[in-house]
Amino acid sequence: MNRRTFLKVMGSAITGAAAGSLIRPGVSGAQGVFDDKEFFGILIDTTRCIGCRRCEKGCAEVNYLPIPDISEKANQDIFTKKRKTSVTEYTVTNLYETEKGKVYVPWRCMHCNQPACHSACIVYALEKRETGHVTWDKRCIGCRLCMMSCPYNIPQHVFDEPSATIQKCNLCYGRFLQGIVPGCVESCPTEALMFGTRRKLLEEGKRRIAQNPGKYVNHIYGELEVGGTSTMYLSAVPFEQIGLRTDLGLKHYPEYSQVYLSAIPFIAGITPIAMLGIAHVIRMAKKDAKKEEHHEEEHHEDKIGH
Amino acid sequence: MEKTEKREIRTIGEFWEFFKSELKPKGNPWTPFNLISGTVMVLGFIFIIYRFLTGLSPTTNLSQMYPWGIWKGAVVNSGVAFAGGGYTLAFIVYILGLERYRPMLRETVLFAFLAYVFYAGALTVELGRWHVFYNPFIGNKYGVSSVLFIVAWHFMLYIVTLALEFSPAAAEWVGMKRARKILGAAALGAVVFGVMLSIHHQAGLGAMFTMAKGKLHPLWYSEFMPILYFISSIYAGPSVMIVVSSITQRLYAHRVDEEYRKAHPQIVLGLGRMCIGVIFAYLFLQLILVHHEHDLQYINTAMGLWWLVEVGALGLIPMFLFIHGVQHKNLSTINMAAVLALIGVLLNRLNNVFIAYNWYLPLSLKYRPTWMEVIILFTIIFIDVWVFRWIINRMHVLSKPPEWARAMEKH
Repeated sequence: MNRRTFLKVMGSAITGAAAGSLIRPGVSGAQGVFDDKEFFGILIDTTRCIGCRRCEKGCAEVNYLPIPDISEKANQDIFTKKRKTSVTEYTVTNLYETEKGKVYVPWRCMHCNQPACHSACIVYALEKRETGHVTWDKRCIGCRLCMMSCPYNIPQHVFDEPSATIQKCNLCYGRFLQGIVPGCVESCPTEALMFGTRRKLLEEGKRRIAQNPGKYVNHIYGELEVGGTSTMYLSAVPFEQIGLRTDLGLKHYPEYSQVYLSAIPFIAGITPIAMLGIAHVIRMAKKDAKKEEHHEEEHHEDKIGH
Repeated sequence: MEKTEKREIRTIGEFWEFFKSELKPKGNPWTPFNLISGTVMVLGFIFIIYRFLTGLSPTTNLSQMYPWGIWKGAVVNSGVAFAGGGYTLAFIVYILGLERYRPMLRETVLFAFLAYVFYAGALTVELGRWHVFYNPFIGNKYGVSSVLFIVAWHFMLYIVTLALEFSPAAAEWVGMKRARKILGAAALGAVVFGVMLSIHHQAGLGAMFTMAKGKLHPLWYSEFMPILYFISSIYAGPSVMIVVSSITQRLYAHRVDEEYRKAHPQIVLGLGRMCIGVIFAYLFLQLILVHHEHDLQYINTAMGLWWLVEVGALGLIPMFLFIHGVQHKNLSTINMAAVLALIGVLLNRLNNVFIAYNWYLPLSLKYRPTWMEVIILFTIIFIDVWVFRWIINRMHVLSKPPEWARAMEKH
């Protein structure tokens, strides 16, 4: 191999390797401010929630979902089981018996700063909007990788329809564009749900904690969890006791697949060159071996010829 | 065996007549295997239509907590590893230049090609909105941060690559000499491209789970899953080919030529020898990861025992059987080792998809495939087998290319 070929090969290899480090897919909006647009979210104060479920009704109304029965009688039954969100219920409220008595916890999409679902979406049907909303649309092909990836198991698939997307709370993005608050926030009678920019919600949450010593756990769930979320919780009891996992870490989820994704261009650059190089070297070695054999045969024949 | 020179096919009309004549079965079509697989396939077609009319739900047991089931687990996650022989054997023959493995190459490439094509078919049945499956390809927003995007594109490109690698055999079948020459010359490039694609998507299957942290049992979850998947595909592929080729050597003995028949034992021995080292590397990496991520504490649980069965029993036992079989040149031991290694890989992939996934849920909420799902799975496999068999009986897969084609190859 001459110098020019060597330099060409090295050049392509290094370019391939460098390209890998430049691509950082899946990273959208950092700490809640994105191109001077702020993330919006909902602060849920579980000490104010009375379990009336009007948020569920409000959500169903604005999303054209089946309206739930939230009468006294229905509510008595509904809280005997822990519910998950479903394709007809984008938000549900669960009852937890804790050391400080009954705690009602509304549960819905966390609208993570760096959503695992959006990062996993093969067609970006799930999008993280500049305003923090994680929305979904009909581009969805129903591959369900978002369901596998979401640490909170939020995206729900409509399994019993022949053509089905995933569905979940989208923080009422459509209403937001018209300047109206989400359906759940509008329906809440006790201001347990509060809508605003993430920054203001964190300020409010910290203010409540500071001005009510001993009332709240000194932490806003969602401030730092999984890299920060837009749906945040205040609680009087430790969060594990109200069904909020505290073992998910602070690293945002898309970062877990970052290593593999960054390696793609690197491998694409190196592999063809390495393969061709190995193949070339081995063929050269075989040719040399054949030449050696010929030489020996001729030499041998010369000897015999005498 | 069969006649030498065929008349070259030049028009579509000629090809259509030729194709129709080739569709006739060679031999008795009413064998027990055909009757059983045929029945399963008919049932499967009915269930597939039912699935398309009613959605995934009555046909499968997929649920919100188990969005992926046996189709993703057995076909996509495992089947792709089983088709790994396509790139490993091509690497051995074309890159390392080990010509003695060449007789097995066409069978391997055909097997891999059909496997991937039928996986794409299975995926169509599995997607919630299968009728817009082309969305990731036509640029209706490329989800570039998604591992599945990478995998989907690689599947598509790799199917084309494998088709290109197998196309010389098809060109010989219709006697198109010029096409055969051009396609044969593309072999090395296709192989190199295919190796690169394979590294990406074999690892990608593991990377799909990197965001399932917290839902996948710690003994199975690791940030190094892509590497584990890649290494296990290196031994899963050849293991499948050991088993498949041993079967085809016997079932299609009338299509196997003398060179392949003689070379087969040595090829199996060589692949077995290779598998020893690769399984060792895989097990060693598993051990390091379990220790590094402080997962040894879980060994003392039910899931821990299950992990020992999968990685320990179905990892160590095949490795030792391979060692024993290679040392004593015992082909049936090597075949048994290959089967156990395969089951180990299949089990690992099924664990990742729905057994060790959300493992803490009570048994009543756990996923079990419906019998309709299983029948559809076997339908896809049987169609694959029928097509595989059809091609073996008509093209030079288990035998050397015809004289006129071999004369074109410049080694």
